Amino acid sequence: MSEKKILVDVQELRTYFPIQGGVVRKTIGHVHAVEDVSFQIREQETFGLVGESGCGKSTTGRTLLRLIQPTAGRVLFDGVDLSALSKEEMRKKRRDMQLVFQDPYASLNPRMTVRRLLEEPLVTHFTLTQGELEEKVSWIAQAVGLAPEQLERYPHQFSGGQRQRISIARALVTKPRFVVADEPVSALDVSIQAQILNLLMGLQQELKLSYLFISHDLNVVRHISDRVGVMYLGRLVESGPTEEVYLRPVHPYTQALLSAIPKRDPSQEKQRIHLEGDVPSPADPPKGCAFHDRCPRCMDICRQQVPPETEPEPGHRVRCHLVQGA
Amino acid sequence: MRSLVSTLRDLWKDPMGRIGIIGIFLLIFMAVFAGQLAPYPYDGIGMKFQPPSAEHLFGTDKFGRDVFSRVLYGAGVSLEVGIIAVGIGAGFGYLLGLVAGYFEGWTDRVIMCLMDILFAFPSILLAIFISAVLGKGIGPTMVAIGIVNIPVFCRTVRAAVISAKGLEYVKNAQSVGVRTWPILVRHISPNVVAPFTVQATLALSGAILTEATLSFLGMGIQPPDPSWGSMLAEARANMARSPWTALFPLLFIVVTILVFNILGDALRDVLDPKLKV
Repeated sequence: MSEKKILVDVQELRTYFPIQGGVVRKTIGHVHAVEDVSFQIREQETFGLVGESGCGKSTTGRTLLRLIQPTAGRVLFDGVDLSALSKEEMRKKRRDMQLVFQDPYASLNPRMTVRRLLEEPLVTHFTLTQGELEEKVSWIAQAVGLAPEQLERYPHQFSGGQRQRISIARALVTKPRFVVADEPVSALDVSIQAQILNLLMGLQQELKLSYLFISHDLNVVRHISDRVGVMYLGRLVESGPTEEVYLRPVHPYTQALLSAIPKRDPSQEKQRIHLEGDVPSPADPPKGCAFHDRCPRCMDICRQQVPPETEPEPGHRVRCHLVQGA
Repeated sequence: MRSLVSTLRDLWKDPMGRIGIIGIFLLIFMAVFAGQLAPYPYDGIGMKFQPPSAEHLFGTDKFGRDVFSRVLYGAGVSLEVGIIAVGIGAGFGYLLGLVAGYFEGWTDRVIMCLMDILFAFPSILLAIFISAVLGKGIGPTMVAIGIVNIPVFCRTVRAAVISAKGLEYVKNAQSVGVRTWPILVRHISPNVVAPFTVQATLALSGAILTEATLSFLGMGIQPPDPSWGSMLAEARANMARSPWTALFPLLFIVVTILVFNILGDALRDVLDPKLKV
């Protein structure tokens, strides 16, 4: 697995949003939405990003695609520094990197037929004849399981699952190499979730895609991801191969998070770790380790210093003072 | 986007909308067929100060011109000035609002600052000022009223663009890499149509009123061209002696404004039910 080429290299990414106040709209602070996040996504691999609502998962995904300007840090896509590209160069690059949105109800223009929705990315990035255009549209429609006669309909005539198929088709019609899937199944019924996940996995094989899969559903992430990253308050606290992280979590936050997964057998004794308090405000994050005021194993050093990244196992990285540097 | 036909059908179902449509239709009919309907030419001179009679339906003015004929011709002038002035205001206002709303930042600040300056003047005063610079007559009047209308449209469009920009499917188009112009035309503009149309209808009545006021003050349409406003101005001195010379143009101004406002309100109810109070 680790021999595969790195496609997306995120280096110390930071995204702050200014908070403006007063009559003159002066910047009085920043929301630290993404704070020093680094990870790599390899070719044809799925990197799962988990964490609770508001921890910066989606912002990370969107900053990666430069839909939000990063405050600091770099994103290398196939060796190219995206932040160094001009707006027009970045726009052209979008052909290779697409986003699947969470809400298939809001993310499709209700005034466009499915055919026009699927043609738009193609017309934007390629010069095609009418025949080639139709051929590509029917190819992607078939790939995601849409019938040819459904192409002339409008999004509101479809169910949630079908709409998400349209969204996926729209993202994949230009044959990108990298797709950010931002909670693509969260808005769907459980019965439909599995279909869409299998579709995404099948398309990954077929089109040789790499995914950044953002979700708060730990089981879904485990099912689909090769590697996983756990975010807390804008920081990536732990990342590594999925099974490694799920079976041997090192960071106390990951341990607490994983203990919250419902067990299949209710009689099985469950060691649920309960966290005290609430997630601190990202506008005013705690000093030192962001997790220190809720951590059951907090030490003095945690209140003072931001923990450095350590690698207890190859590929398994943690930011916690409990782990001694390897 | 709602089709034009379904919008008109819904408008027709609404009693107020129906009054508006009929009123506007009559006004346009008057304006277009003034030449056929008017019994006399608008500058034909006859007996002075004749009261309304079968011969002169609305009487005659101080030069003996037929008031009914002049009112009919005046409808054309009012509509022409109204439509072209609103066209100028709406066109520029739309573009500026679209740009300000979509790009935000410095572009937005500069544009909106200019609009606020325009807004700060009472519109009549601004129109008088612009007419004074550009000169009198129908052309400058239209331009002056058009400029006065730019900020209103700019604000309406900008607000609609900003709210449309937050829509997920607009973000989707950006993430797909669609160019700015197609995003504005295909994804954002349809959301602007409803408030824009309502604004245009209401602005028409305002423009007609401003034209009447300007002409009344002697800054707008010049004699002998028939404008309801200038007819009022000419009638002012002899109002006690021959009230009909003032009454009929005034009546038409009031009814026209009313009809456009009724239509505008009804249109808003149809296009944007959420705004209904």
